[in-house]
Amino acid sequence: MLKHFITLEWKSFVRSASFGSNMVLKIFMILAGLYFIALFLLLGAGSYYMLEENNLKPFPTITTFLIYYFFADILIRFFLQKAPVMNIKPLLFINIRKNSIVNYALGKTLLSFFNVTHLFFFIPFSVVLMVEGFAPLGVMSWLISMLLTVFAINYLNILINKKDSLLYGIGALVGLIGVSQYYSFFDLTLYTGRYFSALYETPWLIIVPLALFIGLYSVTFGFFKKNLYLDAGLATKHEVAKTEELTWLNQFGTLGTFLKNDIRLLKRNKRSRMTIGMSVLFLFYGLLFFTNSIEAYQAPLWKIFAAIFVTGGFLLNFGQFVPSWDSAYYPLMMSQNIKYRDYLSSKWWLMVIATVISTLLASFYLYFGIEVYLAILVGAIYNMGVNAHIVLWAGAYIKTPIDLSSSKNAFGDRQAFNVKTLLLALPKIVLPLLLYGIGYYTVSANFGFALVAGVGVIGFAFRNKVFTIIEKTYKSEKYQALAAYKQKN
Amino acid sequence: MIQVTNLSKTYNGTTVLNIENLEIKKGESFGLVGNNGAGKTTFFSLLLDLIQPSTGHIISNNVQINLSENWKPFTAAFLDESFLIGYLTPEEYFYFIGELRGQNKADVDALLREHQDFFNGEILNNKKYLRDLSKGNQKKVGIIATLIGNPEVIILDEPFANLDPTTQIRLKNIIKKLADNPEVTVLVSSHDLLHTIEVSNRIVALEKGRIVKDIHTNEETLQELETFFAL
Repeated sequence: MLKHFITLEWKSFVRSASFGSNMVLKIFMILAGLYFIALFLLLGAGSYYMLEENNLKPFPTITTFLIYYFFADILIRFFLQKAPVMNIKPLLFINIRKNSIVNYALGKTLLSFFNVTHLFFFIPFSVVLMVEGFAPLGVMSWLISMLLTVFAINYLNILINKKDSLLYGIGALVGLIGVSQYYSFFDLTLYTGRYFSALYETPWLIIVPLALFIGLYSVTFGFFKKNLYLDAGLATKHEVAKTEELTWLNQFGTLGTFLKNDIRLLKRNKRSRMTIGMSVLFLFYGLLFFTNSIEAYQAPLWKIFAAIFVTGGFLLNFGQFVPSWDSAYYPLMMSQNIKYRDYLSSKWWLMVIATVISTLLASFYLYFGIEVYLAILVGAIYNMGVNAHIVLWAGAYIKTPIDLSSSKNAFGDRQAFNVKTLLLALPKIVLPLLLYGIGYYTVSANFGFALVAGVGVIGFAFRNKVFTIIEKTYKSEKYQALAAYKQKN
Repeated sequence: MIQVTNLSKTYNGTTVLNIENLEIKKGESFGLVGNNGAGKTTFFSLLLDLIQPSTGHIISNNVQINLSENWKPFTAAFLDESFLIGYLTPEEYFYFIGELRGQNKADVDALLREHQDFFNGEILNNKKYLRDLSKGNQKKVGIIATLIGNPEVIILDEPFANLDPTTQIRLKNIIKKLADNPEVTVLVSSHDLLHTIEVSNRIVALEKGRIVKDIHTNEETLQELETFFAL
């Protein structure tokens, strides 16, 4: 049975549309993965000695902060780890026990990058512990407990992804603990620290994380199994639809026609609503930089970095998936009476409007001084003049179909925000940093701003020229895109 | 109206379509029949520039399809559900297509009223998005949407599949009416010989990408086609 599942999985992986066309991206992701593994290895092996050098007792310090390590893990997983996707429907009526289907779908998540990286921290750390004379039995018990906890979190994350109530509950709990720790009402680490070191001192306590793991696994198992019906977890929920005329957009002609659709697209699909949520979060990203609360972020270059993100949240999140947002009905778009230029410029306008709105909303940054807001304005100009074009142009090459409705599915992928997204955002950020850096270090900060804004304005001026190039790219990529969009996941 | 010259489509050495010469006249009602894999959908996809020809070209109303986009204003098509926008209500979808084809809301409303019985009360004002409609109802929406804006070329791939018997009869009437209009060229593909014969005045049978029959419909057509396909 397992053999069948594994061959199916392997085939769906190697035969997916994104595998062939995005080889460069794959290599990038592998490199990033290796980087993280190296980092964790270093941390695992080195942290003991680093702590010792700082006159801290290594093991107690680690056990104290472990709880926050795990909290951070939950957070990272929530945003980056995808829920297990397996094409379940065709398997339901075949001679396979439901238990095997669910066990497999859940079991394979253990092999995820997000679990494996922890091994690279805990294993070297445990080796160091043994070398330093800690009792081998205790260390083994501790190590296994840690891994069980990581795996338990893996399933907790899957549940959080499926049940919104759990998400809010845990979010509130973590927030509460954080706040009470900050104001020293209640120090959770005292208790959890004792628990985590007890796992070493009293090896039989391993049954606690074991019970936690088994408990969470069976809850997740039960949840998935219960929902393994066409009219339950696998059913598409029907929303009550309301026709929206949006007649005020009619004055913009063809542009208005497309904008209407894009607004409906954003409103009515979970995947795209997630994008808007991310954009709002990006708006507050600047707080990390402009409040001077983090020392490392006070270098001048970070200002422009923050400004690009604050004003470009929507542009970066939405724009890079143009035209994939329309992948489900791309053949329609390609055979209807639509000119590429109209289609592209409506997307461009949407991004520009969103950037303007973000810039207006970001006016609360004026509180941190006029210079901060100046940086944001400059970032906005650069976003509209240059990045809006870059994302449209790059989009022509991204041929990953987006399944807008899959987020409604208990087994669908839900995260609109993934590692790929982050990687593709990089080139749009490095250039303005470079420009600002050149200006800042040769003449002055204002000259740096002028350089970045200047390039933005030049981008505006060449809009028609750039659009012609983008249009050509879309035309030449059209047939490949159509073929790729035909494959769903 | 449509002139096909030396058209072929090859995937990895397998030729799936090879039409040396085919002329479809203006006002013709053209039926395309053939078994699975005969190349019907490939031909329609080439007509809509959704795939590129390996050799040859199609000229529709003096526009070469793979070179210019000017065939779009007078061509309408429904091949499959990828021609529907799932998150729209049927009304929004019709108005969207209408706006693209230069029709105002009143024009679209008039057309919808004309086809009210075709919808059988299950489409309009039903508080459902297209993605939540059944396959048959989705098809009804797609077919009616091709009529918006008086296109001169209408392409329907397997329009009868998934439809209930009543709707099939109504659809036949709609296509017959279009066929009577000398300005409109209708292209319909189907597995169902009887339906195709009823609505078309010319039938072309494809086999392995080649034209094997090209007949003007008469009383013996069904007999002829059945003998041909009964192998």
